Amino acid sequence: MRIGWSRSQRASVADAGGAILAGMSSSLWDQLEPLLARVEKPARYIGCEDGAITPEYSEGVVSWLMAYPDTYEIGLPNQGLQILYEIVNERDDAVAERSYAPWTDLEAELRAHNLPLFSVDTHRAASDFDVIAFNLSSELVYTNVLNCIDLAGVPVRSDERDHTDPIIGAGGHATFNPEPMADFFDWVGLGDGEEIVGDVTEVVKAWKDSGSTDRQDVLRAMAKIEGVYVPSMYDATFEDNSTGTAKLTAMTPRFSDVPEVVEKRTIADLADWPYPKNQLVPLTEVVHDRLSVEVFRGCTRGCRFCQAGMITRPVRERPADQVRTMIQDGLRRTGYDEVALTSLSTADFSGIVDVVKDTVNDDSMGCADVSVSLPSLRVDAFTVGIAAELTRGRRSGLTFAPEAGTWRMRQVINKLITEEDLYASVEGAFSQGWRRVKLYFLTGLPTETDEDTLGIAELGRRCVEIGRKYNNSASVTVSVGGFVPKPFTPFQWFGQNTIEELNRKIYLLRDEVKKTKGLQMKWHDPKATFVEGMLTRGDRRLGPVIEQVWREGGTFQEWSEHFDVTKWEDAMASHELDVEFFTYRHREEDEVFPWDHLNAGLHKDFLWHDWRDALNEVGLEDCRWTPCYDCGACTGYGIEHVVASATPPAGGSQGTGQDLAKGHEVSVELLGRPLSVS
Amino acid sequence: MSPVRKPQARLRYSKVGKLRFTSHRDMARIWERSVRRLQLPIAYSEGFSPRAKLSFGLALPTVFESHAEFVDLTFNELIEVDPLPAQLTEVLPIGITVTGATALEGKVPSLQECVEATSWSLFVDGDLDELQAWSQDLLVADELLVTRERKGKSSTDDVRPAVLAVDVRSNSDTDVPAAVEIYAELATKPRALRPLELLDINTPNLTLKRGRRVNQFITPVGARLDPLEIGAAAQAVHDMSCAS
Repeated sequence: MRIGWSRSQRASVADAGGAILAGMSSSLWDQLEPLLARVEKPARYIGCEDGAITPEYSEGVVSWLMAYPDTYEIGLPNQGLQILYEIVNERDDAVAERSYAPWTDLEAELRAHNLPLFSVDTHRAASDFDVIAFNLSSELVYTNVLNCIDLAGVPVRSDERDHTDPIIGAGGHATFNPEPMADFFDWVGLGDGEEIVGDVTEVVKAWKDSGSTDRQDVLRAMAKIEGVYVPSMYDATFEDNSTGTAKLTAMTPRFSDVPEVVEKRTIADLADWPYPKNQLVPLTEVVHDRLSVEVFRGCTRGCRFCQAGMITRPVRERPADQVRTMIQDGLRRTGYDEVALTSLSTADFSGIVDVVKDTVNDDSMGCADVSVSLPSLRVDAFTVGIAAELTRGRRSGLTFAPEAGTWRMRQVINKLITEEDLYASVEGAFSQGWRRVKLYFLTGLPTETDEDTLGIAELGRRCVEIGRKYNNSASVTVSVGGFVPKPFTPFQWFGQNTIEELNRKIYLLRDEVKKTKGLQMKWHDPKATFVEGMLTRGDRRLGPVIEQVWREGGTFQEWSEHFDVTKWEDAMASHELDVEFFTYRHREEDEVFPWDHLNAGLHKDFLWHDWRDALNEVGLEDCRWTPCYDCGACTGYGIEHVVASATPPAGGSQGTGQDLAKGHEVSVELLGRPLSVS
Repeated sequence: MSPVRKPQARLRYSKVGKLRFTSHRDMARIWERSVRRLQLPIAYSEGFSPRAKLSFGLALPTVFESHAEFVDLTFNELIEVDPLPAQLTEVLPIGITVTGATALEGKVPSLQECVEATSWSLFVDGDLDELQAWSQDLLVADELLVTRERKGKSSTDDVRPAVLAVDVRSNSDTDVPAAVEIYAELATKPRALRPLELLDINTPNLTLKRGRRVNQFITPVGARLDPLEIGAAAQAVHDMSCAS
């Protein structure tokens, strides 16, 4: 199977929108409606959500299409996309609509009827927008991005587009190494998007107003926006070596007015950005179908495997009163009875206890209790106390993420959960009525031995033992994912485990887990981990690989029923690129990374020292409550943490202020200990 | 001792436009949120996962629009029923309009129990004469054997008694791009004959352009009462049993 429009088809598809524009309506709805009767879950394509905006197009406005390169169910709740959608629509000089990747059945119908990708708000053709901005949350969606661009009737390669085509960009965590997608994106935004979208709007508007027909003009101007990287303005230089294992030697700007290093954009204070103000309420089922309120951005726990925690520094808390207002207004407006307080570690929010209590005790809704969910919880007794406060009803399952099975391994990754805290949390959960505990782990970590891997089973076994004291049907599930070393983390120098090695560890662990009744194991496919790892630290040479996988039908790679590792291996082979070199090789200290000309705020030497500390099994405390390590995220930009409480949270602090010498000791005598929130 | 019966209201609403692509389950969630937005004193079920007490009638197939859907709401306290249609229409998505409301007095059968027949407009592209002949054949047939699958089991039944009326006419609804309207009244008991099943009986390969539920009828068959006219229906049942 080959996908993608032919050149002539593309012209006719791109014209579909224009031809309609010339008439009375710019909407493709009348053509789409008969197709929707034939596809699965058609409500995904109708828009009509509460909170959706019907923009008014007037002469000169810059139109944005915020695109999510996966299905509506996954993309609709995305807070980043919703925030930018609102901010752009609040401007007088811009409008924004949304689009999500159509499922394969609708894509086939669209292609069969020569119809393009469309917005769900007014069903406008994607190619009619000035800017298409993709949310890039992970590597496995890259082929879907190409498919969406093509389905829009726009050339997938940036250098084939002209001034009549939309300007195609991206934002989100995966853009911190956009090099594998450099051939396809005209620009990417690094860091917080709230201010970037305004600056991009102004540059695009000025270009439109100028009447310029040269795309280079607008791209050159965009390259000067703080936080915007324009890949085509840079040259990649490689070692003179034709074996497919030539190392990158430099990334150089092609023009003197283009910055040598592109800095990420960081908003100083979350209080200035109380978005989304009108969260979208979908009409059909989506993941996370509830109100979301972001309580802080950034995390300085310092877990060395965690890219999100590294690239989103510093910690910026939202004022507790603003959180309360957003919860109350949001629940009233939407009719939801559940709110998620989101962040990378919500139990660390200074005002967490009061906010949670006020929310569950708020009678003003006049009907059933409001429930609060706290994703990404710490592992400690304090957390279990909050969880108990939240779930007065059924206590079915509670999830913790110790990430590694031994204290030694947790010191390496700087996830400083002591054995005592872990078993106390689990005991707390089972003693207070929970019946299932789920534990998240990584395998394939730096320095990991079989003893560390098997430590996961041992830890699970002891948790089952604890659970059985309270409940005969207590069960524990360990969920294991293969570790992918990510850019801008201390582990960026580490060579990822091979598929074979990950499989060996997983089966070793599985055989051990089987011996304990009540202990289950789930794991992530190492083949998908491999593709993710290859792309995340890849360079521009992977562009043609991604394009080939897409052309051969490799879309929806995040979906196990569509994922196909052989397409990736074949594409690497046909471009004479070495999988070992890109994925499994340990990098040298002086390695030039494909993302060295981008800056997430972290000094490279800070990351290198943290990598050495990891190998020496040295933990690092959270800098929110301890002196600064000068990682660069604050000092480099003249900003600082915005944290309401100057002391670590009570009842558990994951390393900070604890005696780390006793990390591996288990001295839990929890029976009868009250776990109340006070 | 039986618990005190909580006050109930029955509402009729239409579902048209883009909203026709939402499913029956989607509608339940949309209604729950709308009721909470109005802060109506809706009753909740007991148990670990309390759910707002909303009970819907027979599911409308996704993609069909409707002029007559019904839902019963149970409240914790007596509320005025008359303002409900306007209030709810205000908070429900565009495309859903609440068109009637009545308080339910005493014990009444649920929507699932009391609806005996539903009427449909099925807009198709086809030849008017050919389809009229088809409908005449249906109506004069002594039996119509149809094999259907449900829960993995297939069974063959005579559905002729379920075909209460069929009228084929040329389409006069300018909003619907189709030549012919098939109007049908279909019984829901003992097993409902679905509109798409009707279209499958001996017809030449039809494409349904639009399906619409026109109305729903309660006891007794032929009385032409919709579920809001529950009081009149009870009277009719009473009269019938007195007469016999």
